[in-house]
Amino acid sequence: MATITLLVNGNERKVEPAPEESLLSALRNKLGLTGTKYGCGEGQCGACTVLIDGRSVRSCLTPAATVANKKITTIEGLSPNGSLHPLQQAFLDEEAFQCGYCTPGMIMSAHALLSTNPNPTEEQIIQHMNGNICRCGTYPRIVAAIQQASATGGKRQ
Amino acid sequence: MTNLELQELEQHTIEQLRYAFDVNRRDLFKFLGAGLVIGICGPTVLAQESGRRSEGQATPEDIASWLHIGSDGKITVFTGKVEMGQNIRTSLAQHVAEELRVPVDSIAMVMGDTQLTPFDMGTFGSRSTPQMGTQLRKVSASAREVLIDMAAQHWSVDRASLSAHDGAVVNSKNGEKITYSALTKGEKIIKVIGRDVVVAPASNWHVAGINVPKVAGKSFVTGDHQYTSDITRLGMLQGKVLRPSAFNATLTSLDTGGAEKLPNVQVVHDGNFAGAVAADSQIATKALDLLKAQWNAPSQPSEAELFDFLRRNPEGNGGGFGGRGGHETGSIDAGMASANKKLEQTYTVAYIAHTPLEPRAAVAEWSDGRLTVWTGTQRPFGVRDELVEAFHLPPDHVRVIVPDTGSGYGGKHTGDAAVEAARLAKAAGKPVKVVWTRQEELTWAYFRPAGVIDIKSGVRDDGTLVAWEFHNYNSGPAAIGTPYNIANQRIEFHPTKYPLRQGSYRGLAATANHFARESHMDALAHLVDMDPLQFRLKNMNDPRLRAAFEAAASRFGWGKLRPSEERGFGIAGGIEKAGYIATCAEVAIDRSAQTVKIVRVAAAFDCGAIVNPNGLRNQVSGSIVQGIGGALFEAIHFQNGKILNPRLSEYRVPRFRDTPKIDVEIIDRKDVPSAGAGETPIVGLAPAVGNAIFNATGIRLRALPMLATNIFDQHQQATSRGL
Repeated sequence: MATITLLVNGNERKVEPAPEESLLSALRNKLGLTGTKYGCGEGQCGACTVLIDGRSVRSCLTPAATVANKKITTIEGLSPNGSLHPLQQAFLDEEAFQCGYCTPGMIMSAHALLSTNPNPTEEQIIQHMNGNICRCGTYPRIVAAIQQASATGGKRQ
Repeated sequence: MTNLELQELEQHTIEQLRYAFDVNRRDLFKFLGAGLVIGICGPTVLAQESGRRSEGQATPEDIASWLHIGSDGKITVFTGKVEMGQNIRTSLAQHVAEELRVPVDSIAMVMGDTQLTPFDMGTFGSRSTPQMGTQLRKVSASAREVLIDMAAQHWSVDRASLSAHDGAVVNSKNGEKITYSALTKGEKIIKVIGRDVVVAPASNWHVAGINVPKVAGKSFVTGDHQYTSDITRLGMLQGKVLRPSAFNATLTSLDTGGAEKLPNVQVVHDGNFAGAVAADSQIATKALDLLKAQWNAPSQPSEAELFDFLRRNPEGNGGGFGGRGGHETGSIDAGMASANKKLEQTYTVAYIAHTPLEPRAAVAEWSDGRLTVWTGTQRPFGVRDELVEAFHLPPDHVRVIVPDTGSGYGGKHTGDAAVEAARLAKAAGKPVKVVWTRQEELTWAYFRPAGVIDIKSGVRDDGTLVAWEFHNYNSGPAAIGTPYNIANQRIEFHPTKYPLRQGSYRGLAATANHFARESHMDALAHLVDMDPLQFRLKNMNDPRLRAAFEAAASRFGWGKLRPSEERGFGIAGGIEKAGYIATCAEVAIDRSAQTVKIVRVAAAFDCGAIVNPNGLRNQVSGSIVQGIGGALFEAIHFQNGKILNPRLSEYRVPRFRDTPKIDVEIIDRKDVPSAGAGETPIVGLAPAVGNAIFNATGIRLRALPMLATNIFDQHQQATSRGL
C-alpha cells in the first residue's frame, strides 16, 4: 500500500489507504475524524459531505488516493479552537436537528453553498441541499439555520 | 399497568420481563462516591408485590430509576431509556431540575447502560414522558425533601422554615444556607420511595414547560458526539457478515479457502453464520466476496400476491396481540338496516423501512469471559438478553451500552449487529466493530407491517353515522378503535402469516388505521354532501379532539379555500397514545409533470402538559415530514425472499424538496398529564393528503403509498374514481 498525504483541516496527514478505500473510510478509520458520517455509500444522503478545495463532495464515493495533496475540510475543521462557525451556531440556535447524525453533512453542504452564494434565496437553499437527507425531518429548521448564518455573514470573518 | 398499556407493550414484540440490577449498594457508592441515593419502585413490581411487601422496603432489584447526589454536588440520574433524537435527555432533566431545584446543566443523565441503569423494557410506545418523566419527578421531589430533613437535623431547626433553592437548603428565618453537597458529604444514604409522592402540578412548572436547549447540543454541530459507529477500542478490527441469498435461506456449504488466503483476515463460520474480520472493512468485504457459499432458500410470497396472502393466511386463533384491539357494540346488521347510505371499501398499506440515517452498528469487546457491547438500540436490556442467549452467558457477564443514537423510529428494537459483532470478536480475540451498510439496513432489518383494511359503514342522510365495521389484517391494532360516536360497531384485528420480518414503527398501525378510517370518513362526508370537518364534528363528542380539529382548521383557513383541478384540501385526525392530532393538507397536482406535491400542512396537537415546547414542535414537524414518505412514495418491493430496492437511490425518503410549509399549533393542557409526543403526530398526514387529492381530482387513492402515477393512470382511475 502506498502512503499518501492528505491535507486535512490545515494539517498534513500521512495515510496508507487500503485498495479502493474511500476518503470517508480513511478520514474515519485512519485519521479518527468521525464527525463525517456513513449513511448510504452511494452519494444519496450527504451524511459524508466534506469540502475539497472549498467544494462539497461525497467522501463515500471519493477514493482517498484521488484527493492526495488537495485541501480537505471536515466538520472538525470548522471549529478548530472550540469557537463555533456561524453555521454551527445557527444550527444550534435553531435546534435544526434531532438525532444529529445528518448534521455534520448538512453543515458542510451549507458551507459550500454560502461560500459561493452568501445570500441564497430559500429556493436556492432547497436546490442545493436536496441531496442531503434528514430522516428526522428537520428540513424547515435547517433552511432557517442556513438563512440565519447567511444573514450573519455565513463565513467566519 | 392498564390493559391498554399492556396491549401497547405487546405490539412492540417484547418477549419477556426480567428484572436485573447489577449494582449493589456497595458497588454504587464505590462507583459514584459517597452521597445520597433516591430510587423509586417500578410500577409492575408494586402491582405484583402489593399485599406482600409494603412500599419503601423494595430491594434494589425493584428500582425503576434513581438519582445520586454526590458530595461534589454532582447530580447523576440513572434511567434505562435511551436518547435517539426524541430529546428525552433534555426533557427528563427538566423534570429533575425542577423538583430538585437545581440548574439543568448540573444534571448528568446516565441512560441505557445495562450495568449502570435500572432495568427498562425499552424506549418505545411514547412511554418516556408519561412514565419515566413522572417517575423522575417523584424521585427528585423525594430527594429534595430528604435534603430538607437533613438540613433541619443539621441545624436542629423546624423543617417548616426551610426550603430548597438552586442546589441548597435555605432557612427563611435567618437566611442561613447549606448546599446539597455539604449536606451529603461523607454520607452513604439510600432511600427507596413508593409512587405516592406529591409533585408539582404542571400549572406550577417553571423549568419544565419552557424551551430548555438540547443538552449537549454543541457536540452534534461539531461532530464530536460519538455514535456507536464512531467508537474505537484498542486493537479493534472491522467485521462483515455474509448475508444469505434470500430470507430464510440455509447455508448448505461454504468454501472459505480463497478468503483465508488474504493476509490478516480471519473468516468465521458457525452454522448459518459466516463473516470476516480485518483491520479494514474494505479487506473484510473483499474476503466476503471470496467466500463460496451455497444457500438453500425456500420459495416465498412476493409483493404481487401480498394482500391476497395476508387475507388468506390467518395466524392462530387471536394469537399474538390479536383479539385485544377488537370489540363489538350494538348490531352491525341493525345499523346498516337503518342507514340511508352505505359504503364498503378496502385500503392497503405497503411494507416500509425505518431507514434511520445511522444504520445498525455495534462494537463488541470480550474480556475474561465477559462481554461489553456498544450499540444503538431502543431496548438495551432486550439486546443484553439476546446476547446472553446467543453466547450462553450469565446475565451479569454482558453489558450493553447505548450511546445517543442516530435515530430509530421503532426500527432498532433488536440486537442483530450486537450479536454479529460479539460473534466475530469472540473468534478474533479482539474488539470488533460491525456497521451495517445501507443495503443491509434496507434488507435485513425489519419493516413496518403491510396490511389490508376493510371498512363497511352506514350513515343517515343527516350525517349521523349508524354502522361501522372495520377489519385490519396484519398491520396491527394500534388506534383501531374509532373516536366517533357510532352505536353499532364491529372492529377486529386479524393477525396473519406474513412474508417479511416486521415489527414496530413510529406510531405502529395507528398510521394505517387512521389512513383507512379518515379516508373513509371523508368519503362518507361526500356521500351525504357535508363538509368533511362538519361531518366529523357532528359525529364526535371528545372535546379535546374537537379542539384539535378546530384549531388545525382555523390555522389552515379551512372552509375559505376553493379547490380546483390543480389544488386540493384535506383534513384528518384522531386520538392515539393520549395525544390528539388534527392535520390539514393542501396539495398541488401537476398534470403535465404527473406529480403531487404537498405544499402546505397545518396541524394542531394536544399531548397534555407540554414539557419542552421547542422540542415538541420539532417532533410534530418531523413526524409530518416523515409521514410524507409513507403517504406518497415509500414502499419496500420484494420477490421470493429478496428485497428489490435496498438502496437509497431506489427507496425514496422525503427530502428538502418534498417538504411543505408546516404550521403547527401545540395545545398546552396544563390540567392533564403529559403524554408522549414522538409518534402520534404522524398519523394524520397520509389521510389528510389523500383527502386533499380527492378534493382536487375526484380520485380516491386507497393504497399507501398514494403514488402520483395512480392519479393519472387511466386504468387506475377506473378503480379509484368514486368514494
